Amino acid sequence: MRSNELLSIDVNRHPSVIKASSERQASSIEGTGRSVPEGGRLVRRAFRFVSYCFEHIGPVLTHNTGLAGAGRPDAVALAHWETTMKTLNRVGLAALSLMLSTSVAFAQTEVTWWHAMGGELGEKLEEIVAGYNASQSDYVVTPVYKGTYAETMTAAIAAFRAGEQPEIVQVFEVGTGTMMAAKGAVYPVYQLMADMGAEFDPADYLPTVVGYYTDTEGNMLSMPFNSSTPIMYYNKDVFAAAGLDPEMPPKTWEELEAFSRQIMESGAATCGFTSGWISWAQLENFSAWHNQPIGTLENGFGGLDTEFVVNGPLQAKHWENLKNWQDEGVFQYGGPGGGADAPSKFYTGECAIYMNSSASRAGVLANAEGFEVGFGMLPHYEEVEPQNSIIGGATLWVLQGADEGQYKGVADFFSYLSSAEVQADWHQFSGYLPITQAAYDLGQEQGYYEANPGSDVAIKQMTLNAPTENSKGLRFGNYVQIRDVIDQEFQALLTGDKTAQQALDDLVSRGNQILRDFQAANQ
Amino acid sequence: MDTKRTVFPSQGLPYLLVAPQLIITIIFFIWPAGQAVKSSFEREDPFGLSTSFVGLLHYLRLFQEPDYLASVGRTALFALAVTIISMGLALVLAVAVNRLIRAGTAYSTMLLWPYAVSPVVAGILWWFIFNSSTGILPYMLEFFGLDWNHQLNGTHAMILIIVAASWKQISYNFLFFLAGLQSVPQSLNEAAAIDGAGPFKRFWTIVFPLLSPTTFFLMIVNLNYTMFDTFGVIDATTAGGPNQATNTLVYKVYTDGYIGLNLGSSSAQSVILMLFVIVLTVIQFRYVERRVQY
Repeated sequence: MRSNELLSIDVNRHPSVIKASSERQASSIEGTGRSVPEGGRLVRRAFRFVSYCFEHIGPVLTHNTGLAGAGRPDAVALAHWETTMKTLNRVGLAALSLMLSTSVAFAQTEVTWWHAMGGELGEKLEEIVAGYNASQSDYVVTPVYKGTYAETMTAAIAAFRAGEQPEIVQVFEVGTGTMMAAKGAVYPVYQLMADMGAEFDPADYLPTVVGYYTDTEGNMLSMPFNSSTPIMYYNKDVFAAAGLDPEMPPKTWEELEAFSRQIMESGAATCGFTSGWISWAQLENFSAWHNQPIGTLENGFGGLDTEFVVNGPLQAKHWENLKNWQDEGVFQYGGPGGGADAPSKFYTGECAIYMNSSASRAGVLANAEGFEVGFGMLPHYEEVEPQNSIIGGATLWVLQGADEGQYKGVADFFSYLSSAEVQADWHQFSGYLPITQAAYDLGQEQGYYEANPGSDVAIKQMTLNAPTENSKGLRFGNYVQIRDVIDQEFQALLTGDKTAQQALDDLVSRGNQILRDFQAANQ
Repeated sequence: MDTKRTVFPSQGLPYLLVAPQLIITIIFFIWPAGQAVKSSFEREDPFGLSTSFVGLLHYLRLFQEPDYLASVGRTALFALAVTIISMGLALVLAVAVNRLIRAGTAYSTMLLWPYAVSPVVAGILWWFIFNSSTGILPYMLEFFGLDWNHQLNGTHAMILIIVAASWKQISYNFLFFLAGLQSVPQSLNEAAAIDGAGPFKRFWTIVFPLLSPTTFFLMIVNLNYTMFDTFGVIDATTAGGPNQATNTLVYKVYTDGYIGLNLGSSSAQSVILMLFVIVLTVIQFRYVERRVQY
């Protein structure tokens, strides 16, 4: 302490320092009296530190800077607190008025539906629910937007643990394994419909859609709502400018590579293709489309002791290609998860081809300004005949813990939701697949698919062939975490840390460990 | 030295007076922390339908996992960089504003704004600025021949989250440094100036030592900030990628527990994180605090 001398003279004039130094003396007097253990001294020093903060920093803030409010230690925290209280008051008032308004309509049974549909899809969903509420007077369905898929699922699980769960929750397809294993928490839809005496025939639903959500005995466990499959979008103007036929999307990966190179050489676009959802489109659907297994025991449908086998030669070849194409600029990576950067690469005309969910259709058409969009099925490698693609999206799960009147309402609402008119409307608005044959037929009668070329690519691709063990879907527990692992290993490949085979091998071994954890937790 | 002592007439009153604070601490801090410790020894399905005791399994596995150990080092780098950058810049700004006579309040108000921005919004802001296809910064960096791509370059991604997290914390540090500076008595500076000490000499020998309690306080707060409060920023910018290059301890707790619903391992990670911070704080009190002058 170099400045000790100086301080000992002048510092004492400053009132706060006098106080502090007297405290220090007091404590040192005590210290000589009895031996203080090291821990005690630490605690005392921590105490002195805290009291310093309260005594000095707080008042100084309020008096000297003029920024803070009420003379409390942390003015900013106080401001935070005030706004929080205000918001709470407001929320409380809203809740109160809601309670008052619903108590008027006490004759109706309330059913709550937590969903993850934001933006335009959310508005459409609310429109559908409003249509149902207006169609009858026994039940009121209240849709509640809970954020992303993962947030909605986590919120529902936390609510279940607290005994505050909604009757219906929308869960994305990768949460299926977790929901299915939670036998005491979910009320299987086939059972609900039978118990409540609602009309329900699983044969009405598209097998490729419901196959994903049935147990090994063929019972439907959740109600399909929004299912989609990845398809290929391409920029027709770029194709024409590069001297390609704009009506001929590439059918194979070999063609796609050749087309991309021609496009890049002609200068029509700087990149060949990009893709959203690497895990879903370039690994899971890639495997199903090429009839390659993702895991043992029918991709996990057969039981919890399934293991990943997704490191086959064809998958390794494809990932190796993606790495090489990324290096050459033929392919541009759009990021992990849904691939947040992929859409803009296609919308701006940077990449000529784009693979993503069929439910992206509305978004693509709205954003692709200045060029015409073409639609095609996913490409396949020449040596393999394409099989069928698998779905993504979400279904509606019913949770245990409500009373019978509410479950009657749920069953009634599900019947309404799967009626051909509602389904066709939802499907045509959103680009999600029609979940019943009747909804698809209705769309054909209405001439929707002729009027909107490309809108039936997804369903044709889904139903191209009867699903095999490898292409009816996948069912793995803790799959949200495994999707993260897939993204991590793909990034390790692209950064050059691993070869394609290494990345896939590591993916398999890391994924298997997560599967074993899930198995152990659910047996 | 006689100090004033307040003597309470009854034994119960002091306990009654501290009870509200204690109850809040127990309900919102001690009890949840205890729950985390408990569930770190258990394996449980997400719905809590079946629970089994697994002992130290989660801990043992974490310390065998190379990814987790790498995440520890990464977190240390991140915490250190954010603390040094945000405190350093905040001190410079505070000293500069403290010298202003008229516009000081206006500057401080503006410099405080980032603190009002929520971490996720701050993250998205920087995500836009650094976006490799539409962002302004990669566009400018191209003139220097630098191909910015935090999607695939781990170093770039780390720089991005350090910048975003520091930017948010500068305001807070600035506020405290400014308050600290204003409590430094002007007479000391004047006396030193008369003795012939230059501005730098005065800063290092008078102002900086007198600021030491504030600096020490901020060091602890910043450490806690980087350890616990940065997952919003990371989630909105890099989501822990690429290839886990920005997967810090707290972000891993969040993804494994909140997204992955793997509660046992996530709890074990949060317990370890808690211990890290406790140990670091104790070390700071044990060694660094000795240099602090109150």
